[in-house]
Amino acid sequence: MNRRDFLQQSALTTAGTLLIPHFLKAYETQAMGQLPGSTGKILVIVQLSGGNDGLNTVIPFRNDIYYRERPTIAIRPEKVLPLNDEIGLHPAMGSLKALYDEGLVTVINNVGYPNPDRSHFRSMDIWQTASDSDQYLRTGWVGRYLDAACAGKSQQPFRTIEVDDTLSLALKGNNLNGMAVLDPKKLYNQTRSGLVTKLGKEHHDEHESVSYLYKTLAETVSSAEYVYDKAKIQTSSTTYPNHELGNRLKTVSQFIQSGVETSVYYISISGFDTHINQPGQQERLLGQYAEAVGAFMTDLKAAGRQNDVLLMTFSEFGRRVKQNASNGTDHGTANNVFLIGGGMSSRRVLNEAPNLTALTDGDLTYSVDFRQIYATLLHDYLGTDDVAILGRKFESLKIV
Amino acid sequence: MDKLTRLQQTRYLFARAGFGATPAELNDAARKPLRKVVRQLISDSESFAALKVVEPDENTTKRALRGLVRNGQLDRDMLKERIRMNAEKVRDLNLQWLDQMASGKSAFREKMALFWHGHFACRTMGQNPLFMQQYANTIRQNALGRFGDLLMAVSKEPAMLQFLNNQQNRKNAPNENFAREVMELFTLGRGNYSEHDIKEAARAFTGWQFTPEGQFVFRERVHDEGEKTIFNKTDAFKGEDVIAMLLENKQTARFVTGKIYRFFVNETDDKKRVEQLAEQFYKSGYDIAGLMESMFTADWFYEAKNIGTHIKSPVELLAGMRHALGLTFEQPQTQIFVQRTLGQILFYPPNVAGWAGGRNWIDSSSLLFRMQLPSYVLKAAEVTVRSKEDGDVNTQLLARKGGQRFQVKANWEDFETAFSKTTDADLADAIAAALLPFPLNTEQRTLIETQLNGAQTRPERIHALTAALMSLPEYQLC
Repeated sequence: MNRRDFLQQSALTTAGTLLIPHFLKAYETQAMGQLPGSTGKILVIVQLSGGNDGLNTVIPFRNDIYYRERPTIAIRPEKVLPLNDEIGLHPAMGSLKALYDEGLVTVINNVGYPNPDRSHFRSMDIWQTASDSDQYLRTGWVGRYLDAACAGKSQQPFRTIEVDDTLSLALKGNNLNGMAVLDPKKLYNQTRSGLVTKLGKEHHDEHESVSYLYKTLAETVSSAEYVYDKAKIQTSSTTYPNHELGNRLKTVSQFIQSGVETSVYYISISGFDTHINQPGQQERLLGQYAEAVGAFMTDLKAAGRQNDVLLMTFSEFGRRVKQNASNGTDHGTANNVFLIGGGMSSRRVLNEAPNLTALTDGDLTYSVDFRQIYATLLHDYLGTDDVAILGRKFESLKIV
Repeated sequence: MDKLTRLQQTRYLFARAGFGATPAELNDAARKPLRKVVRQLISDSESFAALKVVEPDENTTKRALRGLVRNGQLDRDMLKERIRMNAEKVRDLNLQWLDQMASGKSAFREKMALFWHGHFACRTMGQNPLFMQQYANTIRQNALGRFGDLLMAVSKEPAMLQFLNNQQNRKNAPNENFAREVMELFTLGRGNYSEHDIKEAARAFTGWQFTPEGQFVFRERVHDEGEKTIFNKTDAFKGEDVIAMLLENKQTARFVTGKIYRFFVNETDDKKRVEQLAEQFYKSGYDIAGLMESMFTADWFYEAKNIGTHIKSPVELLAGMRHALGLTFEQPQTQIFVQRTLGQILFYPPNVAGWAGGRNWIDSSSLLFRMQLPSYVLKAAEVTVRSKEDGDVNTQLLARKGGQRFQVKANWEDFETAFSKTTDADLADAIAAALLPFPLNTEQRTLIETQLNGAQTRPERIHALTAALMSLPEYQLC
């Protein structure tokens, strides 16, 4: 009897259990390792909720229109951290500039989609589901990735993890959902308390809905145990900044370094809806972002994993070019996306800077569909079927 | 499962047509013929009490507020405060509606209105509480009447016209959003109209606008008076004509009936049955209460294959728990936190298509939270979960950090009285019969009874069993 059979057998004979569903302890009964067709790469997605002002993040510091339209909130050219002759980073993003200089950052400008929606919830919906702007999907693109990756196999929600207490639409699939884990110990304790553990071992299949709930529960109990068991052994030597994003990226690093078999991590942080008094608030948030990402990459580098992990950052929309009367900006459209790490070639700004003379209703005009980035990540980076997941072919950006 | 007992049928009826029943209500109703109980449910919902958090004349739109700022009558901080107050009123509207659902007085009306809220999904733009209040009362008032009246009324609601951008739909600058959603989501469903129909219908809806005071107005100067060809008919149609044509089309009856069937009966369509019901619905002039009465009195409604198939939405779960135990929250906004954590906030549907429902409600974290909810509510267990913010600075107050305890009052007396004749040995099964769609199996009963110990008084036993039964995955179903 090999280990696999042994575990399967022992799971079936554990005392006190009622009827053990076959998917319980799925992680033990399956040979762990890469997902089929996968490249062994890991994607980390950071969502900046609220619509980060991309023009004050990647700043066109030689552009007169930028300074004319933003008389009080524009970042002075001498403060900008230049990436090339045209654009540079917000001064609070020193750590990101350092990563760029090391060749770890790719900036993609003018990312958006046709007929953009300027409401937070709808635009976030579009980015999370990868839908057209007039289409309503009930599953997220990461969830559909999980569906595709786990098709016909044991259920493994921990293959995609959101570091949070609740799960975003992005991680909900047709057949499978990713799992939300903010703190592996807390989640583990939740599944150990009261009736949950015992119920997680019960199995009912006479009714479809009942069976679905018990299956989800069993997966939850099993996955929570797996993640907790795996992650508790590993502590990171890198110091992370003590704020939400810092803590969450630290958790991701801990999962990666301890060998949790997850290929996509998702984190969202809030506060970017800067209608009023933008400068101070955005500076603080971008500073935290750069600092946390800097620590994360340092940590991965020390562990020799920086080429296996790619971090993507997006926001549901950018802000208007023209500042408003409250030292803030209102909802806009196209925005920049950062790709960091992942063993990509040299530092670069992938495409043209925003053209401030060719605006659409006062907003930036998009030239890269965000789903091209998804397609590139899914196909070229994670090695899966992008067309099945996105519903149609989007042209790869040929960057990874 | 064999034929359902009368108690099971009654529990199921109350769960589907409303938000469940108290054990006393069940005992009472189970003695009457089902047909009579259905009639009673409908007649109990005849009266209508409007929700009210704001008077029309005290409402200020966001645009008007901005105007005041421009004129120097309001400074930035005051503006922020006013927007915050508006968002709070929308929150209060949410809580008032939830109170109505939980009270059980017009449970059928409120359940139907909750369905229509998902069907005519609408979200407050600019945190305008007056528009949301009017919208809510329109769907609640017309919830059981004629679908045509409901469709017309809700289509003319400022909240809806604003949400679907009809204010931007003008003679020389058409915006097709409203026309498209009226066909795709409200009446015909995708694939039953052409892009040409949408374009032309959008022209007919030009001029359908509203005032800042929340009045529908037809503005002739932005209306396109030309001839339009819609569904192969040509005339100088107006918006009302389009609505009439949509109602004339039997596909509308089919589409709406199908959606009602999936919500109230079974997520898996029975095509033939839906067709029959749609035929009746159409012939009756879209009489909603009539359609519902036919469903609730049909033998097939009570077939075992329909029992326990509906996964309660977060609002159904919350309202149902409150109704069964007569619960009130000492800090009512706690209920917004529950809604947000579980993914359904009244007046904040995710998009124009409404909540996806069914299995979409359930993932690892939402299921765990649902199973722990009875402990939070009945045992004041510590809540450590945090809900997500949605990015909008104006709705931040709808988020609430975890790490606190719910404070709740329950009406245990009535609940306990309903079981006064039940022996201790039968207690778990009897409470389960009132709360769950299925009887307990042996293993579950054993597990539930581990919550008991010999030292407990009878009320304590009832409380412990109730909390445990409400924690079962089956309690998520009805």
